[in-house]
Amino acid sequence: MERYSLPRLLAHARRHHEDWQRAWRSPTPKDAYDTVIVGGGGHGLATAYYLAKEHGVTDVAVIERGYLGGGNTGRNTTIVRSNYLRDAATRLYDFALDLWRDLSRELNFNVMFSARGVLNLGHTLQDMRDIERRVGANRLNGVDGEVLTTAEVERLVPLMNCSPKARYPVLGASWQPRGGVARHDAVAWGYARAADALGVDLLQQTEVLGMRVDGGAVTGVETSRGFIAARRVACVVAGNSGVLAAMAGLRLPIESRPLQALVSEPLKPCLDPVVMSGAVHCYISQSAKGDLVIGAGTDGYNGYGQRGSFPVLEDAVGAVCELFPAFSRVRMNRHWGGIVDLCPDACPIIGPTPVRGLYFNCGWGTGGFKSTPGSGYVFADTVANERPHPLAAPFGLDRFASGALVDEHGAAAVAH
Amino acid sequence: MLRIHCPYCQEARSEEEFSYAGEAHIRRPEDPEALSDREWGEYLHFRTNARGPHREMWVHVAGCRRYFNVLRDTVSYEILDVYPIGLPPDDTSGDRP
Repeated sequence: MERYSLPRLLAHARRHHEDWQRAWRSPTPKDAYDTVIVGGGGHGLATAYYLAKEHGVTDVAVIERGYLGGGNTGRNTTIVRSNYLRDAATRLYDFALDLWRDLSRELNFNVMFSARGVLNLGHTLQDMRDIERRVGANRLNGVDGEVLTTAEVERLVPLMNCSPKARYPVLGASWQPRGGVARHDAVAWGYARAADALGVDLLQQTEVLGMRVDGGAVTGVETSRGFIAARRVACVVAGNSGVLAAMAGLRLPIESRPLQALVSEPLKPCLDPVVMSGAVHCYISQSAKGDLVIGAGTDGYNGYGQRGSFPVLEDAVGAVCELFPAFSRVRMNRHWGGIVDLCPDACPIIGPTPVRGLYFNCGWGTGGFKSTPGSGYVFADTVANERPHPLAAPFGLDRFASGALVDEHGAAAVAH
Repeated sequence: MLRIHCPYCQEARSEEEFSYAGEAHIRRPEDPEALSDREWGEYLHFRTNARGPHREMWVHVAGCRRYFNVLRDTVSYEILDVYPIGLPPDDTSGDRP
């Protein structure tokens, strides 16, 4: 792999940038791999990268039906934060946040992580009590967090309507300065390029059609390009997890629903931190390109259509216009939906399944993007050592029998 | 936006009048005490999550406030069938619009 650096940039500039090496190969599938990862989104590619780098497992293929990062990785609102409530979830998300901070250097690819801070607004007394409790829990876990007053929020976001007469009065907010946003495509591309350089085969436009299970152990996957044998199969397919599980004769405690987002035309810088509100259900940030990135809620019913229900979108846009009256005349450019895999406790499922050699990493629901590096790291460790990584241990499939759910509905309620 | 035909009100109304109530035809076990933790967990949490035709319950909260079953395609969002609670999924007789 050719390293990206200033001297390389200057050298290529002299040749009119006409001979840059391709970022990754397009190999022909081999008949067999040690490990096959199904799903070429951020989580799958990160898993492949950490498997190769941390565990020396390079006989790996990533199988992707469409193109790399074309699912939820390219459809989220790019928010990164770790201010969750429960210990287990906070540790997992904060581990990911630590990896984010050095990710561009690690991958030699600019993922444009920008720690501009994340505000979670409180509009009622109960919101403020919940915020105080969550920030307190965060601090006990060593996660940065502060409770801000209305005046402090107004100083950070001058455009927001902080008047006591506002329809949704802002009574305060939680503030996580280490949180921020990143460029979602770059995360997929960075991991893809780094994994490819370590010898991982990235097989795009290859659809998994079936799973071969023999004597309670997985032996490979049937794909649109033929059978690929594998000792271990790791599935990281978000909304389609249920479909893949059914191929192996399993059911999961997951329901798939569209989550919507939209972006505006590019504006001059006007909104610095990420602003989220659980009570009125919207979240908004301004990307490095200048467009406002707005997220809505999940649909009220199951669906695999990568669009969403209009009443949900209307709610989110209505809330944005109430909070930011100046944005009411901003024109929207694009709108889309991604299929999120919702778990009963709003936490992921990471680990082995009743089928030997078959691993699932799913159920991230609305919180997948922010956890991409951490998810890949702990899942790679889980697959390589065939036992859950300590950070992933509370998130096994067995918690739905033991009842030890990690209830994160409060902190994950506004999705992103 | 879905338009759902309520089998009781006999009218197709916007989805905003309805609430989704999850997968249909999941029977509460007759004797929960007799189940293992795994079986009880499966009853509580595990779902078919079908990609394609899906049997689900809806309640007409802004109308008659009654529950009914819907067979809906989760990819095309087409509503294939609507029938009252209590009818088995394969029963094609009965009061169907």
